[in-house]
Amino acid sequence: MSRFVERHPAWALISIIAIAVVLWLVFAIWPPGLEEAIGRKRVFLNAVFNGITLGGLYFLVASGFTLIFGLMRNVNLAHGSLYLFGGYVGYAVSTATGSWILSFIVAFILTALVGVLLQLIVFRRMEGQDLRQTMVTIGLSIVFADLMLWACGGDFYQIQTPNWLIGPVDLPLVTAIKSSGEPVYLRYPMVRLVIFAASVVIGVAMWLALNRTRIGMIVRAGVDDRDILAATGVRIQLVFVAVFAFGAGLAGVAGVVGGTFQSLSPGEDIRFLLASLVVVIVGGMGSIPGAALGALIIGLAEQLGSVYIPTYAIVVTFLIMVLVLAIRPQGLLARR
Amino acid sequence: MSKCSVGLLALSSLFLSTAAFAQEKIKVGVTATLEGTYTVLGEDGMRGHQTALNVLGKKVGDKELEFIVASTDATPDSAVRAVRKLIEQDKVQILLSPLSGDEGIAVKNFAKTHPELTFINAASGAQETTYVDPAPNFFRYNMDGAQWQVGLGKYAFEEKKYRKIATVGEDYSFIYTQVFGLVLEFCGAGGQVTNRQWVPLGTKDFASVIAALPDDVDAIYLGLGGADAVNFLNQYQQAGGKAHLMGGSIMIDQTILSSKGNAKNALVGTIAASGQADTWEDPGWQKFVKAYQDAFPPNKRFPSPSLLATNYYGSTMALILALRAVNGDLSNNQAKYKEALAKIEIDAPNGKIKLDANRQAIGTNFVTEVVDDGKGALFSKVVKVIPNVNQTLGYDPAVFSKIGLPSRTVPECKKY
Repeated sequence: MSRFVERHPAWALISIIAIAVVLWLVFAIWPPGLEEAIGRKRVFLNAVFNGITLGGLYFLVASGFTLIFGLMRNVNLAHGSLYLFGGYVGYAVSTATGSWILSFIVAFILTALVGVLLQLIVFRRMEGQDLRQTMVTIGLSIVFADLMLWACGGDFYQIQTPNWLIGPVDLPLVTAIKSSGEPVYLRYPMVRLVIFAASVVIGVAMWLALNRTRIGMIVRAGVDDRDILAATGVRIQLVFVAVFAFGAGLAGVAGVVGGTFQSLSPGEDIRFLLASLVVVIVGGMGSIPGAALGALIIGLAEQLGSVYIPTYAIVVTFLIMVLVLAIRPQGLLARR
Repeated sequence: MSKCSVGLLALSSLFLSTAAFAQEKIKVGVTATLEGTYTVLGEDGMRGHQTALNVLGKKVGDKELEFIVASTDATPDSAVRAVRKLIEQDKVQILLSPLSGDEGIAVKNFAKTHPELTFINAASGAQETTYVDPAPNFFRYNMDGAQWQVGLGKYAFEEKKYRKIATVGEDYSFIYTQVFGLVLEFCGAGGQVTNRQWVPLGTKDFASVIAALPDDVDAIYLGLGGADAVNFLNQYQQAGGKAHLMGGSIMIDQTILSSKGNAKNALVGTIAASGQADTWEDPGWQKFVKAYQDAFPPNKRFPSPSLLATNYYGSTMALILALRAVNGDLSNNQAKYKEALAKIEIDAPNGKIKLDANRQAIGTNFVTEVVDDGKGALFSKVVKVIPNVNQTLGYDPAVFSKIGLPSRTVPECKKY
């Protein structure tokens, strides 16, 4: 940190000022002039929170994608299909049993199984052939999309939020002061907070597992040089299968999350594949912290864009991607 | 050799017989939004179409109608692609298309490139489709979005005493037309529309849109449909929204009122206007509801037909009845058939419908309020029935043309 300040004093100053401005925007009560210029504080805070929670969902999808890429150099373009598949499984389980939690577990296990099959049947047969893998997974994603359309129809499904998560909570952030002097607190949907908290927990757990455990060490070693790792006697194919299963399972879990606070329908697979591609390109291919940062940036850009420049909101994410590709093509937090 | 010639003979007779058979058929192409945000609307539209075929039969004189269905996703290019495929590949002679507003404008323009064929609008409701530069071979037997809002503005102002409202709508022509009709009447009565928010069709995450809803208004008007409406309501419930709501014609509709989950309960008491009301006492309407319910098992349909089913029913009805009036005569570029279509007055389930000079429907409109039937099912209850609603909404055509075409900001909130 101090080295960064010594090396780039100007950048450090700018970032400190930016952080201070953001903190002030979040915690201070806005003066009337500012409210007139950019709208009410409630709208701004909501957009920021929505961006962060949406980022949480994107992170769940993209982290599996980036993990698989980082270790195996597989560009799995059927990742979006795994998301949608997990969502449908979650819907079926939650309507059959009424249990929201159970739907996560079943969705994780089933999508992980599909991931294992993908790895064993498809990817192992064409190891190291990037282009072939890419083409095959595009083909598979089209086949999966049609199979799911056949099975579930074009209808949209929504996974029922459990009762204890419905409705808003008051956050200790003051958005305005009433004329009576009573502060108005920010009301925010409970379910989104829980989902965000869960994605943070998963993210931190993943980081810990990668950096503090033996398995994580093996995976990291595999990312750096899998030939040497295989030469040391580690059963590399087993590691591959496990990582693929885990990454796919995460996509399935994300599908349940997405089905809960948005909805599931054909086409969502492509949307989330695209989102995770953008997230991973912005954050850096193969980096978990990169996926987190990328997801946060894209989520915030989408939500703030939809509030402040609704007409051009769709373009903003791609603008960010173009900027990153132009300035730092390897991604913001890529290691090489 | 002889074997071969016998085979050839059999083959050629087969071709001949199919050719002869084909002459007996009149091919009709149908499009519906069976993909994307409006899937549910398209599916119910097709149910209405099927109900009409059950009631009226597929025979016209000694000819048989053959229907070929193509799917669209509510975007104009998907509609033109589907229609082009039906014409060029399937060689259809009549089209029953399309379902959604933007599609309607595109198909109307495309209809001009095939003046020899007949296009019957299935359910789309953008004003521009028949109001601006109409195609002579495009007929619309349902009212447009603005006609479907007639009565709502006055009712909100006079009975509900709403003075200030804000609108949220999908960003395309049909919802522009709906908001156009609402604003014209509500502001004409003296109300104020303080804010109009537009969201892209197919929006999933409405949380920020919901946060940006103003609190200093008496009611919020929702012009959403299909998956968008369900997503909105779900997230509105999660955010604990409590405002009075008003609904557009595809928002307060069985497609939404019978969706799964309990988010829709926010709609109880919501006032709306549409080309139909679920609980209308009229015997014609009740007969249609019965026919619809009998045609499909309860889990494959809504408790009561949606606006889309009603529109597809009405347009299929016009298509078949006019064809019977000319005894299936499609000669001379379908001239007789087009004449019959322009003249026909149909006794649709939702009231009598006749066409104006632009081949646009003049019909009956309904102001409704959402009620719970006590068993958890929601229906739209009739509050007011307004007959003879025309496309200029009762305004003098000269005055009406000065208002401008429906868009994000037109009409201004004032008395015209």
